[in-house]
Amino acid sequence: MANSILVIAEYRGDNVKRITFEMLQAGRQLATALGGSVVAAALGSGGLAGLAGPLGQAGAEEVILAESPDLADYAVESYTDALQQVIDAANPSVVILAASPRGRDLSPRIAARLGVALASDVTAIEASGSQIVVTRPVFSGNAIASVALETTPTIVTLRAGSYPPAQAEAGRAAKVTRLPINIEYAPGARAVEFKEVKSERPDVTEASIVVAGGRGMGAPEHFDKIEELADLLGAAVGASRAVVDAGWRPYGEQVGQTGKTISPKLYIACGISGAIQHLVGMKTSKYIVAINKDPEAPIFKVADYGIVGDVFTVLPLLTAEVKKAKTQG
Amino acid sequence: MNIIVLVKSVPDPAAKVGVRDNKIVEDGLAWEANPYDENAVEEAIRLKEKYGGKVTLITLGPKRAEETLKKMLALGADEGILVSDPAFEGSDELATARILAAAIEKAGGYDVIWAGWTGVDWNQGIVAQAVAEYLGVPHVSFVTKFEVNGQTARCETEVEGGREIIEVDLPAVLTAMQTLNEVRYASLKNIMAVKRKTIPTWGAADLGINPAEVGKGAAHHHLMKLIPPPERAAGRVLKGAPEETVQELVRALREEVKVL
Ligand SMILES: Cc1cc2nc3c(=O)[nH]c(=O)nc-3n(C[C@H](O)[C@H](O)[C@H](O)COP(=O)(O)OP(=O)(O)OC[C@H]3O[C@@H](n4cnc5c(N)ncnc54)[C@H](O)[C@@H]3O)c2cc1C
Ligand SMILES: Nc1ncnc2c1ncn2[C@@H]1O[C@H](COP(=O)(O)O)[C@@H](O)[C@H]1O
Repeated sequence: MANSILVIAEYRGDNVKRITFEMLQAGRQLATALGGSVVAAALGSGGLAGLAGPLGQAGAEEVILAESPDLADYAVESYTDALQQVIDAANPSVVILAASPRGRDLSPRIAARLGVALASDVTAIEASGSQIVVTRPVFSGNAIASVALETTPTIVTLRAGSYPPAQAEAGRAAKVTRLPINIEYAPGARAVEFKEVKSERPDVTEASIVVAGGRGMGAPEHFDKIEELADLLGAAVGASRAVVDAGWRPYGEQVGQTGKTISPKLYIACGISGAIQHLVGMKTSKYIVAINKDPEAPIFKVADYGIVGDVFTVLPLLTAEVKKAKTQG
Repeated sequence: MNIIVLVKSVPDPAAKVGVRDNKIVEDGLAWEANPYDENAVEEAIRLKEKYGGKVTLITLGPKRAEETLKKMLALGADEGILVSDPAFEGSDELATARILAAAIEKAGGYDVIWAGWTGVDWNQGIVAQAVAEYLGVPHVSFVTKFEVNGQTARCETEVEGGREIIEVDLPAVLTAMQTLNEVRYASLKNIMAVKRKTIPTWGAADLGINPAEVGKGAAHHHLMKLIPPPERAAGRVLKGAPEETVQELVRALREEVKVL
């Protein structure tokens, strides 16, 4: 389809992940500008039919279910082959993947194979005439680049939180195309085990609220105060590198240059100084709250609401007030 | 074991990089190894210490990148190769990967190729996986633990929701995360030894690269604009006793942020 925008869905089981709806939103805006349509594709070993409904309701005009028993476990070479076959079938002008570990693992391999432009971790995708122009934070957030992509197709990976998720409309449905995938060789890199890090809480990249703690929390056991507030708000727990390096919190929670880059609706930083490498990971949050006892802490420069004070005084008060607000509805 | 490490020279990651006329301000800027490439070098040296063999560092960049290469050599690597040619300037990631793949082939055999998971300069994270595609070998990204078992290796990788264990046939390309290891300091002995080392420079002709297929002219994307990030509007420090500031915050969370 000429000018089609191909969105590679991320899902877990029967659930379409939030980032997929954000990609669909970006795709729909682009399709409107280019006069094209949005095609979503899900890759996997089978049982993908349940994804077509939500993808269609969120605005995908066609859903390609790319299935093969060889896609049961993730293997980047098999998935590259599968993606190549999907791209051949959809003939898109732009391919959008998530800037997730998977997306960033797979996208360079397919771009190299096809010899096409790839922009990683973009925060906006626009059309300028028929040209695709993306926005990317670079140099650790010290600069923002606008980059023109000059091949067809072009590939981008989209940073979580850059677009609002496309809303479902009950009346909409996509045309469903089944694409049997043929993988011709055994992959050299094979996933053999998945160690789930069990958490009752959402991941920092998925949550719309993140409550994060830094060295100012004083000790690992004091993170129970962070967790309590997070649970009250349905939020994820985030951490600065200082506390991850100290072994207080798992690496998966680290926000910043060497951790996750996120744009939640609300980021609450507790006892975090706001070093540039931390800010690059959360500066694009819609609202930022900072609690820090040092009025000169750089985090206050980016905070919409700052409280200068001791976390051990402020956090319990805040948790109590939030509780009160919640019960009053 | 023959181990190759791809090292990129980037602006000092701890520095505040300025922007002017759609370029970064280079005056007074120090250039260092990409931080994750340091983890890659460290892991390579540990492999050599365990299994014997040779660690070769390869950098594509201008002449000044030689300094970065020497700093990394001083951690305990054996050879450094500077890949440099005016024709390479402005190469995009895929062209960079083609040139590096050619340099890796020329450097002789390899069992393991290490790189960083992304460059903190342009944050693309493309070159290493593209090198793997061009060499026709598998790759594993975001490695946090690495163990060789004969002809394969077991990699622990960081993915959403947990850690994935990936078994990979060697030779392979691997990309290092910060949590892979703790990077050592260079010993004085190594620093002295590096001073006497000659670093060969390989250009397009040495690598059999057609200059027309690399460099700025062959790039698939071009930079239209480079600007400083927008400043966030100045925030508000809530005034008063702790109880008052918290009440004011909760009011804002309800009425302005609308999360309560
Ligand atoms: C290449 C590189 C990459 C990096 N990547 C990252 C990254 O991804 N993420 C990241 O976070 N950092 C990263 N860093 C580290 C970063 O530079 C900082 O060192 C780190 O963010 C500091 O963490 P922190 O704010 O928790 O600790 P600190 O800087 O020590 O700040 C602690 C803060 O807590 C406040 N405080 C102390 N006690 C209290 C109290 N009782 N109540 C209230 N406030 C209190 C203090 O005033 C202070 O502001 C990186 C650094 C480099 C060089
Ligand atoms: N010019 C280069 N010379 C050597 N290695 C490089 C170069 N560019 C990228 N790499 C390697 O590829 C990784 C990813 O870089 P990038 O794709 O530029 O973000 C880096 O961490 C390096 O290991």
